[in-house]
Amino acid sequence: MTTSPIPTNGQPDEQPRDAAFWSGQVSGLKVSNVPSGALNLNVDGKLVNGPLQGFGQMWQKTYRITLNGASLSAKEVIRVWKEHFPEFWPAGNRFFGPLTGIAPGEVALLNLSMPGGIALSTGVLVLYADEESFTLMTPQGHVFAGWITFSAYEENNSIVVQTQVLMRASDPMYEVGLRFGGHTQENRFWQHTLQSLAAHVQGDTAIPVRMELICVDPRLQWSQAKNIWHNAAMRTAMYKVTAPLRWIQGRKH
Amino acid sequence: MPQASVAMNTRRVNATTSIIDIQGDVSAFAEQVLMSAYNEASTPTTRTIILNFSGLEYMNSSGIGLIVTLLIRVNRQKQRLLAFGLSEHYHHIFELTRLNDAIKIYDSESAALAAA
Repeated sequence: MTTSPIPTNGQPDEQPRDAAFWSGQVSGLKVSNVPSGALNLNVDGKLVNGPLQGFGQMWQKTYRITLNGASLSAKEVIRVWKEHFPEFWPAGNRFFGPLTGIAPGEVALLNLSMPGGIALSTGVLVLYADEESFTLMTPQGHVFAGWITFSAYEENNSIVVQTQVLMRASDPMYEVGLRFGGHTQENRFWQHTLQSLAAHVQGDTAIPVRMELICVDPRLQWSQAKNIWHNAAMRTAMYKVTAPLRWIQGRKH
Repeated sequence: MPQASVAMNTRRVNATTSIIDIQGDVSAFAEQVLMSAYNEASTPTTRTIILNFSGLEYMNSSGIGLIVTLLIRVNRQKQRLLAFGLSEHYHHIFELTRLNDAIKIYDSESAALAAA
């Protein structure tokens, strides 16, 4: 038997403690708030995809930063992170959060800049959110299928702040892109995010980010190659290329 | 890192099937306990691992991530992962995260064993 202390307050008939923290969403996504300037493509009606539904190698990427002598508790760091989430992203990438903030079941729009100047419009579902962590899950067409968990915990009188990605590239095109620079770009993305958060809560911009990159499953899931039909990068490019046609059609009516 | 509030008991039903009874909280902090339980449950002849969730009291998204990584490990050993004892709430979580695409869920231990 493998064991650790068991909680004593659990009652079999009670609603689980996590019940309020999970999204109720299972069917297609729906964006409730589209701010001006946001491109809303490839989200409405899409299903979410976990790492099991992706095509590429499965990676677990963990990025950690330690805040020594932080004045905030782990819960306060998560509260700040939720409130200011888009502000910590690298330039050129936009997160259009729901009006109600990061809460279970909410859908956010993402307008991302990819290597080679490619724009990508997609979104995320807030899969889980409590006081100590929150998780975003990706829809069909996103670069990767999986989820990203943001959390903080106390350790040796310090606060460890963590981003953990569990993912597979959604389709063969994204898998090639990730292998040729995409993974590196993603690593830089989350390093920047954690350092920006640390700068916000502690004013220190030079805290190193520790990375742990584990290839959980090196195999490709060829049965999921069909995901390319939903590829948001190709669909966003197609939308932009056909913009003049839509403009001409609009003038005729 | 905080300690996990979970206990896992391993039962070897026969040469090919083992059950892991989960009691308590499944979060990131349960990783070591879960992987130790799997190491105990898995023998060279084991073909099916069954997770008993009837004692599950709490699971967050990191806990779901642990189940995904366990599933990959199980599949790499050419074993199958089945589950039973999920409450309606956790059944919904499996559906939401699409774990139910890869892990067959049964209503009872006897049903899971019959499918093993």
